[in-house]
Amino acid sequence: MRCLRKHFSRKYLREEVLPTPFCPGCFNGVVMNAMFKAFEELGVERLKGYVFVSGIGCSSWIPSPHIKADTIHTLHGRAVAVATGVKLAKPNLNVIVIGGDGDLAAIGFNHLVHAARRNMDLLVILVNNLVYGMTRGQASPTTPEGMRTVTTPYGAYEPVMDVAELIARTNANYVARWCVVNFNQLKNSIKEALSKYSRGFRFIEVIAPCITYVVRYEGKTPGQKIKELMKVCRPNTETPYGRIGILKAEDKPGYLDRYFEYVKRATEGDKGE
Amino acid sequence: MSACSVEVDRNLCKGCGICVSVCPKNALELSPNIGPSGYRYPMLKGECIGCKTCTLYCPDFAITIVCNEGGGQG
Repeated sequence: MRCLRKHFSRKYLREEVLPTPFCPGCFNGVVMNAMFKAFEELGVERLKGYVFVSGIGCSSWIPSPHIKADTIHTLHGRAVAVATGVKLAKPNLNVIVIGGDGDLAAIGFNHLVHAARRNMDLLVILVNNLVYGMTRGQASPTTPEGMRTVTTPYGAYEPVMDVAELIARTNANYVARWCVVNFNQLKNSIKEALSKYSRGFRFIEVIAPCITYVVRYEGKTPGQKIKELMKVCRPNTETPYGRIGILKAEDKPGYLDRYFEYVKRATEGDKGE
Repeated sequence: MSACSVEVDRNLCKGCGICVSVCPKNALELSPNIGPSGYRYPMLKGECIGCKTCTLYCPDFAITIVCNEGGGQG
């Protein structure tokens, strides 16, 4: 009589690869839940027409074997560059890039900034786990000052790079930053970035501390950390991770709009001569 | 009496305890038994109000809330 009901995320997942390879309690799963909840509320039943591109790192494992859609697992840091190529070749596809701070903010930051400068029609979700998680927890550009990691046992001494603020200063259309505990805001941001602001460069940074090399290193359990984050991460306030909230929301023409207008101008010019 | 029940896919649960800590009613606890994957899975100890916060925060897609009142869905 009692049949096991399925979690709402599992209709978007490849059942054969479960359980996930993430550590117990890894917030990558929460980011996936937020994304799938956004898809569910948008009425997307099958992820046809969506392409997920990721690079190398723990959070780049979110799309690649798991999501039941077209996925590309590319070179380290080059996810945005490959996604740009996909979008230009097939402009009717929705291209979503998911990557970590080591992938998008450290090695691939050049590509990220230039895609934002071009206002390339991509949705980029940066899962910021504050360290290089896959290579065992070294300090990364986004490690907050004073945080203990395996390479900075007396506290990180380098100034932190605020990726969302940097992208907000460029030509990007939509920039937001949420913690994993701001689940509804994060879900609404992903929804907005896929519906209301459906063109241009949309960037959502998610603060999701690495469960093994940040949370366990602090001597906390995932449950304790999630309660602590619920106290710290109040929307529209300054936190140790930067300002939480929607930093920028515009609806400027994206790169493809400009590109096709340019193509039109060039072909009409040819006819005129 | 509890109108909702908690179902856990014990093959997926990794026993992280996030569901236990986010439950607003403190209705969940980790069971003393060990599931097939070697972790302690959550089980209901109090009354579930069906808010489904645990399903949103479950990073391993394991926990589901089933409410037997009309309109209840997973």
